[in-house]
Amino acid sequence: MSLRNVGIVYRKELTESLRDRRTLISTIAVPILMFPMLMVGFSFVALKLVGAARKEVPKIMILGAEDAPEVANVFTKLSEVEVVPVASDYREQISNKKIRAAVELPKNFRAAFDRGESPVVKVYMYDGDLKSSLAANRLEKSLQEYRKETVVQRLASKNLPASFIDPFKISQQNVAPPEKVGGATFGGMIGYMVMLLSMTGAMYPAMDLTAGEKERGTMETILSSPILRTHLVLGKFFLVLTASLTTAGLAVTSMGISFGVLKGILMSQGAGGMNMTISLKSVLAVFIMALPLSVLFSAVLPTIALFAKSYKEAQSYLTPLTFLVVIPAVSSFLPGVELNPRLAIIPILNTSLVCREIVTGTYHWNYIALIFASTCVYAAVALFIAVKMFQREDVLFRT
Amino acid sequence: MIEARQLSKQFHDKKRGVIRAVENVTFCCQPGQIYGLLGANGAGKTTTLRLLATILEPTQGTAIVAGYDIIEQPQKVRAHIGFLSTATALYARLNAQEMVEYFGRLYGMNEAALQGRVDELFGRLEMNDFRDRRCDKLSTGMKQKVSIARTLVHDPPVMIFDEPTQGLDIMAARTTVAFIRELRQEGKTIIVSTHIMSEVQKLCDIIGIIDGGRLLAEGTLAELRERFAEQDLEEIFVKVVESAHLAAGKN
Repeated sequence: MSLRNVGIVYRKELTESLRDRRTLISTIAVPILMFPMLMVGFSFVALKLVGAARKEVPKIMILGAEDAPEVANVFTKLSEVEVVPVASDYREQISNKKIRAAVELPKNFRAAFDRGESPVVKVYMYDGDLKSSLAANRLEKSLQEYRKETVVQRLASKNLPASFIDPFKISQQNVAPPEKVGGATFGGMIGYMVMLLSMTGAMYPAMDLTAGEKERGTMETILSSPILRTHLVLGKFFLVLTASLTTAGLAVTSMGISFGVLKGILMSQGAGGMNMTISLKSVLAVFIMALPLSVLFSAVLPTIALFAKSYKEAQSYLTPLTFLVVIPAVSSFLPGVELNPRLAIIPILNTSLVCREIVTGTYHWNYIALIFASTCVYAAVALFIAVKMFQREDVLFRT
Repeated sequence: MIEARQLSKQFHDKKRGVIRAVENVTFCCQPGQIYGLLGANGAGKTTTLRLLATILEPTQGTAIVAGYDIIEQPQKVRAHIGFLSTATALYARLNAQEMVEYFGRLYGMNEAALQGRVDELFGRLEMNDFRDRRCDKLSTGMKQKVSIARTLVHDPPVMIFDEPTQGLDIMAARTTVAFIRELRQEGKTIIVSTHIMSEVQKLCDIIGIIDGGRLLAEGTLAELRERFAEQDLEEIFVKVVESAHLAAGKN
């Protein structure tokens, strides 16, 4: 009988939710569309912009060319830049984006250079402006090549090999398997997204099923029926949990697909060096770890929203709670924050930390058990409080 | 049957302190009778009915509703009453039939009995035209019919109506009043709260005048007319309330 009643309430809430556009948007549309729009869209636009910037032939100025015509020649020969006549307001021109960069050869540059001194060549640019940076980099690269040529010539004149100033080379080699690299790079983010979305997914139904019912006047209708408050709360709780898990599940799926597409785009652009392989197993494990947290959200959010008299009031209570998820989740990204027994009982932060480990393929079973158990305890306490709140007249009939 | 015994309810308000919403209310309503609770806004009508419906718990006293104590067996009470108030709205995104069925299931009805009952009620209340229409798309009169069907789906012996005609147009109000009379014919115990004098005169077998949370006078319309030497119910009501205010002033 009791399970039957919970089921009746759940089914009715599900029917109503599936007919509600706002619930459908927050639970289904947002998680599906967020990642493609964020990741694929953003990186596609970014690549396009960088590409366009690269295609532009930047205007540059060479100051002090009269002292070292053959150095200046290095730039004038470059096809990627357009050398414009010198003007005294070159600084303003760079700031106003009329020219992209300027190179200044100091007075008597060639003479100082030949004497073996180390004169300073300045490259003026607009820090933070992509096109200016590209132009400055191009100028610097030419200068470096010219310097290298000079060194080789000087060595040759003294009958020394080029390796004389290059006694050994250094090369970094990755030995971690691709999942670990991908995990370390994106692991934190996956756990964070799953947690954040399991909360946002629970948020709308949590408000609709409590404060919304009060506002619409259906709370008194349901309270006059013989259903036990516990069953009513459980029915509502399971619906909120369904929404929370649906949102988180769809988000993970959509994120996986978006990663795949993004990887494809990056590869085609020749940036295949990035390693984004994350195993399906670890993504599943993250999802399982987020389960008790989802239960916790599904119990806490309706309890808080129940205090509100209207949907709007509930919104003002729940929206700041997002920070409660964001802050611990983000602190898990901080360098040096590692799992320890004390952190393992702090809700949200513990899940975030363990997810980061799981995605890199490391399973600390004792911590996983502790986190799972503690989060389950918190969730049970929250559910108990939710039932108690539904039995309080001053909460249900707040005036 | 409904039997209220020294029913009292106090609320605590941060600004106003203790509010005695209902104080020592005692009355009795037999099956086949309509008891009318007549009072102004804020007199304590809704709180009294919410106490009888076990939506609120009394601070003192109790009531026996359909043979069950509201404090000891609230679940049983709820299973044997139909409660309809101005505050009991419908689920906007369910259709009329789903709404009534949902409550039938919550009252523990099996599917076969429920379908029979739903068909019967929809026919009797002439609701078949809007059976599949969502509740938020219904007119006020249609909504009231769905609400009535919802309260009657489990065929309860006791009906509690809190201002059943408030906000309804004349035709919808007439249909509601006629339906409440029909329910009396069926032998149900009915309590109705209202502030509309004509409605009380047309409908109620016993009238209880309530003000400031206290039941000030009670009797049939004839008894009240005789006791207060007035023909018009409105005059009787004003007399009762004013003399109570005067007595309170003296104290």
